[in-house]
Amino acid sequence: MIEAVGLTKRYGAKTAVHNLSFQVRPGAVTGFLGPNGSGKSTTMRMILGLDQPTAGHVTIDGHPFRNLPNAPRKVGALLDAKAVHGGRSARMHLLSLAQLGGIPARRVDEVLGVVGLQDVARRRSKGFSLGMGQRLGIAAALLGDPQVLLFDEPVNGLDPEGILWVRNLMKQLAAEGRTVFVSSHLMSEMALTADHLIVIGRGQLMADMSVKDFISANSADFARVRTPETEPESREKLTAALVEAGGQVLAEPDGGLRVTGLPLPRISDLAHGADVRLWELSPHQASLEEAYMRMTQGAVDYRSTADQVAALAPPPPGHGYGHPGAGAPQGWAPPQGNPGNPYPVLPGEQPNPYAQPQAAAPRPPQAAPQPPAAAPAPASAPADLTKRDSEDAR
Amino acid sequence: MTTPQPQAAHPAAPQTAPQAPPHAAPGYWPGTAPAGGPAGPVGYVSPIPVRKATLMDAVSAEWTKIRSVRSTIWTLSVMVAIIVGIGLLIAAGVDASGSKMTGSTALAGGFFSVMLGMICVLTLGVLTISSEYGTGMIRTTLTACPDRVRVLTAKAIVFFALTFAITLVSTALVAMFDVAMLEDQAEFAASGGEWLKVTVGTSLFVGLLGIISLAVGTLLRHSAGAITVMLGLVLAPLVVAMFMYTESLSSVRKALFEYSIPMLLSVFYGASGESSATSLSGWDPLWVIAIAAAVALGGAYASLLKRDA
Repeated sequence: MIEAVGLTKRYGAKTAVHNLSFQVRPGAVTGFLGPNGSGKSTTMRMILGLDQPTAGHVTIDGHPFRNLPNAPRKVGALLDAKAVHGGRSARMHLLSLAQLGGIPARRVDEVLGVVGLQDVARRRSKGFSLGMGQRLGIAAALLGDPQVLLFDEPVNGLDPEGILWVRNLMKQLAAEGRTVFVSSHLMSEMALTADHLIVIGRGQLMADMSVKDFISANSADFARVRTPETEPESREKLTAALVEAGGQVLAEPDGGLRVTGLPLPRISDLAHGADVRLWELSPHQASLEEAYMRMTQGAVDYRSTADQVAALAPPPPGHGYGHPGAGAPQGWAPPQGNPGNPYPVLPGEQPNPYAQPQAAAPRPPQAAPQPPAAAPAPASAPADLTKRDSEDAR
Repeated sequence: MTTPQPQAAHPAAPQTAPQAPPHAAPGYWPGTAPAGGPAGPVGYVSPIPVRKATLMDAVSAEWTKIRSVRSTIWTLSVMVAIIVGIGLLIAAGVDASGSKMTGSTALAGGFFSVMLGMICVLTLGVLTISSEYGTGMIRTTLTACPDRVRVLTAKAIVFFALTFAITLVSTALVAMFDVAMLEDQAEFAASGGEWLKVTVGTSLFVGLLGIISLAVGTLLRHSAGAITVMLGLVLAPLVVAMFMYTESLSSVRKALFEYSIPMLLSVFYGASGESSATSLSGWDPLWVIAIAAAVALGGAYASLLKRDA
């Protein structure tokens, strides 16, 4: 068990981690999430006694890491896949670490087999791909067969097969009763791997709860309601009835309504009462990704601005960018006519700056990567690998 | 590890309950037998017997590290080539010239080649630790062994032993050639004590200089910076002393000259002779360099313990 109490780290004027307290329990995969620069790696380094906290302390099974008896047999860590001497072979790298920790040398060949590097064990790690480097780092973490495992961004640079392997490995290690603490900025990955989440932003704790609770606590679940397109007046009628009943209604670009604040049966009853037929009445549960985006909205250090390159181009003939609707997220009907704002703003939410219609420059259709359509529910889509391909490049 | 207590913050952590490895399946870890019986509150117990790691483990790990990198082998080969090769060339040259070696023994011919070969030790000593900082390997090392004193001590032992052994073999070879070829030209015959000074003494001196390099590498953590500092440390005092003409600085000049690394080394070879201005003689240079190495290593320990890795 890892226990952090009031952990704080300052570098000069910059506070990397501020008053962080959490516990990581054995027998579960705990995801450690946060945007880039939020202090994940700093926290990991403090857990491992590499960096001294400015205030607070962190212990592993009750001891600070540097006072642990037999630390290499208790804790294994992957901090950085590139943290190896490139001139040394994979086998020699692991052998030196095994010797340093008093671990039998035959264990080196065992872990090389576990991570699938036995064929390149004698090659110098300089020539390794990022994925092979990650596997070597995981091998080093497993060397002491430890009870506590820390992985900093373990799936970076891995191919889909490798990602699946890491995911299963984490789950298996946790199922054996070990403490598994995995940092990532890939929400979708954590949705499939982790049982429990610790979310930080700008070095501060934002959430410490199970994946399920995290989603329901941080996502505004809403109902999608559609009235017959042939009867626009019924839509207004229903909107009026719903607002009167205390719901919040937002028009969606495809002609549907996004209703919050009312349970589904109530919406149905109100529609019935207003004598409006419904073409669709569906619950929408936000994905972990959405919940995370919503939560960390204010805590992102490195935010990109919209690429204004289009403003430099001569006025495009006709409608500008080639294939309209090609980039629209799945489940969306392409906006018809003048769509207005396709990304409505929920009450109490900051308007998405990228989603504002821009009069001057034609906007690439994918400028706002906020998938409002039902993304795969967590833990239900282990085959959802294609999507991650583009995301794991750091 | 304590028994996890369900808390309000963790309502749905279904697997929190401690469990003996349910499927520490035979075959998952090769050579793993399932741990016998429930293991109390501890979540997972490794079947590999736990043994406390010692300094000897760290020494063997450092030995593995140093021999498994090609640049080490290359640098040390170059060092041997310089000491032996240039030593032989000088011996052959002096032998051919037939000139008299006044005020010294035949062993004095070995001084210059050791002086040049020493540069390799500076580089390698720095790289032994700074390459770990450069790659980030130091974090992996310190995770595998949180005892930082042990890590640096192991590095120091391994590097000192390695440079000592290699310098000893090289200088002994050169000394043998020198005595065989130049004995007739030298003014004094080489005594046993002088043999010991140019072989063991020189090797200890070079090894301790390697320790200083290692310490500077630990303090600066940057390969190029640390190597530059070491080269400056070895060469600068002599160069600076050469340009101190002023009378008022003469004492500083003398000290810089006497305690510069090349002059210290030359004492072992008696090249400066009893008649020269230096006040150091016999084994004195070893004590000077030993004190310097102790101070540098002490600083390195303090820095390693205090600073974030």
